[in-house]
Amino acid sequence: MKHLFYAFALVALVYSCKNENKGASTNSTANQADTNKTERSGQAFITDDESRPTVLHIAIGSPDHTTLVAAVQAAELENALVNAGPLMVFAPTNEAFAALPEGTVENLLKPENKDALANILKYHVTPGNYSKDFLKKFKKLGQANNGYVQVEVVDGEPIIGGAKILASIPAGNGIVHVIDKVLLPPTEE
Amino acid sequence: MKNILKSIVAIVSVSIAFTSCNNGKSSKSNGALSSSAAEKVYVAPGEHDEFYAFISGGFSGQLAVYGLPSGRLFKVIPVFSQDAEKAYGYNEETKPLLNTSYGFIPWDDAHHPDISQTNGVLDGRWVFINGNNTPRIAKVDLTTFETTEIIEIPNSAGNHSSSYVTDNTEYVVAGTRFAVPVPQQDIAIKEYKGKFKGTLSFIKVDPDDGGMDIKFQLLMPGFDYDKAHPGRGKSDGWFFFTTYNTEEASTLLEVNASQNDKDFIAAINWRKIEEYVNNGGGKMMPTNYAHNVYDDQTHSATSTMKKEVLMVDPLEVPGAVYFLPTPKSPHGCDVDPTGEYIVGSGKLSANVTVHSFTKMLDAIENEKFAGEAYGIPILNFEDVLAGAVEQPGLGPLHTEFDGEGNAYTSFFISSEIVKWKLGTWEVLDRQPSFYSIGHLMIPGGNSQKPFGKYVLGMNKITKDRYLPTGPEVTQSAQLYDITGDKMQLLLDFPTVGEPHYAAGIPADLIKPNSKKIFNLEDNNHPYAAKTEADTKVVRDGKTVHVYMTTIRSHFAPDNIEGIRVGDKVYFHVTNLEQDYDVPHGISMIGANTSELLIMPGQTETFVWEPKQVGVWPFYCTDFCSALHQEMQGYVRVSPENSSTPLKWSLGEDIE
Repeated sequence: MKHLFYAFALVALVYSCKNENKGASTNSTANQADTNKTERSGQAFITDDESRPTVLHIAIGSPDHTTLVAAVQAAELENALVNAGPLMVFAPTNEAFAALPEGTVENLLKPENKDALANILKYHVTPGNYSKDFLKKFKKLGQANNGYVQVEVVDGEPIIGGAKILASIPAGNGIVHVIDKVLLPPTEE
Repeated sequence: MKNILKSIVAIVSVSIAFTSCNNGKSSKSNGALSSSAAEKVYVAPGEHDEFYAFISGGFSGQLAVYGLPSGRLFKVIPVFSQDAEKAYGYNEETKPLLNTSYGFIPWDDAHHPDISQTNGVLDGRWVFINGNNTPRIAKVDLTTFETTEIIEIPNSAGNHSSSYVTDNTEYVVAGTRFAVPVPQQDIAIKEYKGKFKGTLSFIKVDPDDGGMDIKFQLLMPGFDYDKAHPGRGKSDGWFFFTTYNTEEASTLLEVNASQNDKDFIAAINWRKIEEYVNNGGGKMMPTNYAHNVYDDQTHSATSTMKKEVLMVDPLEVPGAVYFLPTPKSPHGCDVDPTGEYIVGSGKLSANVTVHSFTKMLDAIENEKFAGEAYGIPILNFEDVLAGAVEQPGLGPLHTEFDGEGNAYTSFFISSEIVKWKLGTWEVLDRQPSFYSIGHLMIPGGNSQKPFGKYVLGMNKITKDRYLPTGPEVTQSAQLYDITGDKMQLLLDFPTVGEPHYAAGIPADLIKPNSKKIFNLEDNNHPYAAKTEADTKVVRDGKTVHVYMTTIRSHFAPDNIEGIRVGDKVYFHVTNLEQDYDVPHGISMIGANTSELLIMPGQTETFVWEPKQVGVWPFYCTDFCSALHQEMQGYVRVSPENSSTPLKWSLGEDIE
């Protein structure tokens, strides 16, 4: 009972002065609580039209990567992709996703498959920032899902897990290499 | 029993909260009981402060950036001091900023920041600040929050009545505290009277880039020029300087400079002198001073020695200079937002004296002079006096204004802020300061448009206010709410160095202009490497230039061989990042300097003179990324006469 009463006293104190906050830059605790519960927040949601776009924003801005972006959003990986990184993202085109067996993408986008989807997406991310040419120095790359992807050099070009690099776009927090195949993590033995 | 007591306490607190907040007006007037000081200064996590406060660091030579009302420290901007954190004054690019006619001087006493204005209103483009000891004025750019220009003031000593800007930032003005022989010469100190002079310098400010240039110096009698303030609004075009030591003593000033019942406020019609100068008036005088400018595209400063300055004899410009008698060694010299009242606070006077600009013009027009000093007319005290605040406290220093017709004066000896009314001179309120306040600041409080929500007191003595930290305890700043009839002390926060004076401004006037990165394409540094392909190592005799780049999370090159003992190795490091808030650092074992802290798109340089044979590491000093700890490299140093070939690489032999 006593505790209930104190709780009431506290609430009263917090709310009693609410009408004094005239909406300047400073907010009261009450206002703060309101903003936290509604929208998602984090570095992904900062507006910055001065810096070079992040790997996430490059993908969002590309008409060829709508499937990838939908997958990133479904897996809620936006904030990871704007992190200081460095992040090297191998970004399969819509066409690459379309080439997967029918129903694969739809299945992965289901909420219950969020972890599996995240695992696949993380397999497309290397902590690092290397140009296409520089990638030829590697034999394998360690990916963000803990797996490794093989790098071969065929006809003077680096082939990443069997995928060809179609274009490379430097990003604010790394680099995006557009690839023509979806990389599928090796299944566990 | 205990529970009952607790409940009563709770009931009482609830009722206090309810009654006090029933209407906004009453909460303004009754001090700490009526509304929570904590709530007024609380800025929730992720929220921004309403004001920036640029608080000078005094003897730290820096300018610190705080948020108000929270008192949170955001940045310390090195101005007249070396700063190992940012490599300011340590890297090759910023060393020229600290050049003077006396050579490289890595310290000064930074006193009075003043924000640029347009039409008498803060415009948030630059902050100017004076260095006292080796007279200099610096400009800090408020898009980068970095010092971008420093100009030395010749024929000056103890640059104290500085650096205040006129209504349209036409000029930033600097006055000498010490009178000295002008030009300097080898004479007996006893020859002070008549031989020593005081100069007041008018530095023209370029309206586009803020560039400074001394337009003229006014050669005044050998008094001490203490503080200064430009006319505002109706008195725009005039500048006012308090003086002390009109006795012209050179020794034991604490006694000898307090002999005269009144010293002067010098009133200078700068527009009249400007016109005189524009028509060819004044004499070029040989001198020597440094003008140092930092360029955002070369990311480098250059220092130019200037060899002459235009000197104006006030007697050659009749009607431009007058003396207003003001009691007892006046210190603060403050002009109210309308420009009518000129407040002179005699350090040793019990009253605060206020002169009237209208009365001054009237007395000048009617040529009612009480006499002259070195040919400069002295007006009658009674003719120019608007009024006086009688016995408001002890040791009045400085006054700021809230734009509502009220003035706030700091009192050092009685350790308080006194609020009084312009025109009636009645004291409205007084609040103690802890302890011995110097300057005080209302955002915009020395302009035509104050933002009169808070006053910030900057104190000289701290003693028991904080956890003790040995004999030295940091100085404090105290924030008061001034929206009500009575001031309310809200917050007491520690500062860096001596918080001498400050300039405050609504955050919205600066926030949108703050730069996020430097565009790599615009980088014109002569040793920039804009891609990893451009990196190289070039030997020129015993000098070696390393063109290096950084990107998360490696240096290019990161393996260098062929360096020899006795070489002078310049590491020119370009940060290839184009992402907000991602600087890289670099430091080399045994380098006799600080780290570099390189902003995105910027190039900075440090020098390393290897003294020992071996293989020596360098690494990134700023936690830049997940692989920050991997961001490292090696330099092989061979004996002085070795023939190890020069070689550099990145990522050879990846397993």
